[in-house]
Amino acid sequence: MRTKKLGIAFAAVLSTAFAGWSASVQAWEPTKTVEFIVPAGIGGGAGQMAQLIQGVIQKHKLMPTSMVVISKKGGSGAEGFLYVKHAKGDPHKIIITLSNLFTTPMATGSPFSWQDYTPIAMMALDEFVFWVNAKTPYMTPNEYIKAVKAAGGKMKMGGTGSKQEDQIITAAVEQITGAKFTYVPYSGGGTVCTQLVGGHIDSSVNNPVECVGHWRAGSVRPLCVFDENKMPYPDKIAGDKSWEDVPTCKSQGLDIEYLMLRGIMTAPGVSQDAVDYYIGVLKKVRETPEWKEYMKKGAFNQSFMTGAEFKQWLAKTAERHHALMEKAGFLKK
Amino acid sequence: MDAFLSLLHGFDVLLTFNNLFYMVLGILFGVLLGFLPGVGGANGIAILLPLTFSMDKTTAIIMLAAIYWGALFGGCISAILFNIPGEPWSVATTFDGHPLAKQGRAGEALTASLTSSFIGALIATLVLTFLAPIVANFALDFGPPEYFAVYLLTFCSFVGMGRQSPFKVLSAMMLGFAFAAVGTDEVTGGVRLTFGTETLLTGFHFLIAVIGLFGIGEILVTIEHGLNFEGQKAKINPLVVWETWKKLPQYWVTIIRGTAVGVWLGVTPGGATPASFMSYGLAKRFSKNGDKFGTGELEGVVAPETAAHSAGTSALLPMLTLGIPGSPTAAVLLGGLLIWGLQPGPLLFVEQKDFVWGLIASIYLGNLVGLVIVLSTVPLWASIMRVPFSIIAPIVIVVCAIGSYTLSNAPADLIFMVMFGVIGYLFKKLNYPLAPMVLAIVLGGRAENAFRQSMIGAQGDLSVFWSNGLVGTITALSMVMLFWPLIHWLYQRLR
Amino acid sequence: MNIAVAIALMVVASIVMIASYRLGSGWAKDVGPDSGYFPFYIGLIMFISSGLTLVQSIIGGRRDARVSFIARDQLFRVLQVLVPMTIFVVLSITIGIYISTFLFMSFFMIWHGRYPLYKTLPIAIAVPIVLFIVFEVWFLVPLPKGPFEAWLGY
Repeated sequence: MRTKKLGIAFAAVLSTAFAGWSASVQAWEPTKTVEFIVPAGIGGGAGQMAQLIQGVIQKHKLMPTSMVVISKKGGSGAEGFLYVKHAKGDPHKIIITLSNLFTTPMATGSPFSWQDYTPIAMMALDEFVFWVNAKTPYMTPNEYIKAVKAAGGKMKMGGTGSKQEDQIITAAVEQITGAKFTYVPYSGGGTVCTQLVGGHIDSSVNNPVECVGHWRAGSVRPLCVFDENKMPYPDKIAGDKSWEDVPTCKSQGLDIEYLMLRGIMTAPGVSQDAVDYYIGVLKKVRETPEWKEYMKKGAFNQSFMTGAEFKQWLAKTAERHHALMEKAGFLKK
Repeated sequence: MDAFLSLLHGFDVLLTFNNLFYMVLGILFGVLLGFLPGVGGANGIAILLPLTFSMDKTTAIIMLAAIYWGALFGGCISAILFNIPGEPWSVATTFDGHPLAKQGRAGEALTASLTSSFIGALIATLVLTFLAPIVANFALDFGPPEYFAVYLLTFCSFVGMGRQSPFKVLSAMMLGFAFAAVGTDEVTGGVRLTFGTETLLTGFHFLIAVIGLFGIGEILVTIEHGLNFEGQKAKINPLVVWETWKKLPQYWVTIIRGTAVGVWLGVTPGGATPASFMSYGLAKRFSKNGDKFGTGELEGVVAPETAAHSAGTSALLPMLTLGIPGSPTAAVLLGGLLIWGLQPGPLLFVEQKDFVWGLIASIYLGNLVGLVIVLSTVPLWASIMRVPFSIIAPIVIVVCAIGSYTLSNAPADLIFMVMFGVIGYLFKKLNYPLAPMVLAIVLGGRAENAFRQSMIGAQGDLSVFWSNGLVGTITALSMVMLFWPLIHWLYQRLR
Repeated sequence: MNIAVAIALMVVASIVMIASYRLGSGWAKDVGPDSGYFPFYIGLIMFISSGLTLVQSIIGGRRDARVSFIARDQLFRVLQVLVPMTIFVVLSITIGIYISTFLFMSFFMIWHGRYPLYKTLPIAIAVPIVLFIVFEVWFLVPLPKGPFEAWLGY
């Protein structure tokens, strides 16, 4: 009897202790500096977004501890992804992802996969726009593709990196139209757009934010956007043109959709409570005027996803990348 | 006169107490950042960038630019005193700067390097102020073949130097290229020479190689001769600044040449690193004292520093007008511009007058204030050399280790640092030249990428390197530099 | 020494050549050089030039002997720094950089500098603290940390 009573008492103590413990876990908060890993260069799109998020969080004091942005771009981003993968169960490391989450392991065989990470949220999707130099006569993708075909593989498409999003889109354009490009890989999106202005390449598929300055100055021309819908930003940018005036590639007979994930993940095996905490913080980030302004500047697709929905999206997108890369022959043999 | 009025307007924007306060703060902070290897100006700005979002954007960019100048100044201090270049463009400064420091002439070397970098930056800023519209679009003419030609010119003006065995020069340089090739191949996206390891995916960061080869290697060489920095019982002379200044005017040709190379490579934007190496190579080749370069010639400090700083300064132009970052620091600043809602591009000069001219005005003032601050501390820095070796050596080693680690938070980098230290020691002992090796590590990857991008674009046709006037001229210059000893010999014979 | 380094360089060169050859060291018609093209020839040049250095130092060994000879006491002095430095680096990775710095500083000052303990300790303690303030607090740069720092809550 005694032992039973003791057992019950013990269980009671244990359960209250447990309740207290789980309550404290539920209110998980970072207790030390959070490392925000960028698996790309600091000057690029992902790096900019990471710096913006860091800045907004610090400015509006959304987190009790500080946050540092660390760029680990080696091996097409593998450096950063492996770093977070090896930090199993450490909620103080988060990573911003771009398409190389899918493409790098497929193209190089680096030992990581999107399933290794604990997804937090999709912050936005980055658009891709088909650009040509404004001095050329091409007003629609069709006119341009015709010229590319006529040139017989001599027209140069510039892009960031090799076997990554830019080259995947290029390959998709080639497959659909039968045209042939010479793809020239550069180290960064900003450089690609300047090379386009300088006439060293004939076209590019830059993100809006990388080319908008040159568009406004009238030196490049957007042909179409690789998205289902037009970009919903009606503010005038170049002359009387706005992002909204750029047609979708689909409507121009170029049926390709490609968006790049700007999402945030954390290390494998991090608790749901920590994930929920970050979702809360990121939701607040999205409400700030700085964030909204940035979305407008870069003409982002402002999809936001978390939890199961995000995971499904990831699974679908990973499959799609596999298919695209297989078709283009970019998979590591 | 338009530019002049705009500049006055810029000073008007700049001269508020708030702006000046943040400028001085930025410079002090920058000097410290530049002094510590591995942290560097780019990281410093990246760390502080978020803190500046709540400031006025002109104030913010002024402070960040001030950090940049401070870091440039601070970088040459550690390069000269400890043979540890914190940034790639300080490497060439160590060649003559550190030997000077070892001879007890650290004060002179520091004064010469700081002053000549100031002059380089000043002239570049003048170009920025008055010729911006003309030179702004130079960068657009630069495609992959032009970039490759510039790198080729840098290599060619640098090879054939030194009295070492040509085979050793070749071996050292090739080893440098081999180190540069490890990791991800940017053109194909594949990995190479990693032997299946994860650690080597990122390749060898040049800074780890440099910290090891120069910093650690130097300590090992020093220790061999006993436990003190040889001949570094420098007398601290408060007049050292003035006395060095009197010597500088005789190097006016080197200063002008360095600045010209720097401005050209800054706006194009080949970058500060090739500029500093090229300027050093040219100075060595054309100076009367060229033979003594590497043993502690003031001219060998002046040449790379003028070029590096004029390039660093003029690199801001393509960043602002075209959105091309000419240096890692410029890349971070570029990120900042976008976050503040400023769109770099040809229209920035038109639409954001306050911002652009405030920034340009701050370059003038920031450099001047920076120079005064660092020059007044020269005796202080020089006196570090008098700290006993058994205290300073472990501190230098620890700081080197931290610098190597912070680059990518990778423990393996610490091991590589020691490995490079041993290589540096052995090479120095056996008369293998380190300079061409480091040049190859720093520029090898970029040169290869530019070459292969050109080949892809030209579909394997080598004639692309003399396909137009610009690239043809640079390629021809490279050949002249490569065969200069021969040309020089022929010229003498014909006379 | 000269001979040993030349042979080591030739070994490195061979490894580079083999690895590049496997990677594809050809010159493709339309895209120019392959991934391994440059590394392969780099390896080849290095192999040849190091080979020539080797021949030179064997033939002209005597002329070169002066520079290539590292005296035993010199080697000993170099090892006195190299070995502790290697230990320091390994310790930094395992138990964190702060404790290792303290140990390394103390060792260096007592062993090489022959400083008394009362002079060594303050400096050896101050350096890691300054490092902590400068890097961890001001610059927000995380340095390698071990159990001791974790115990302190970092």
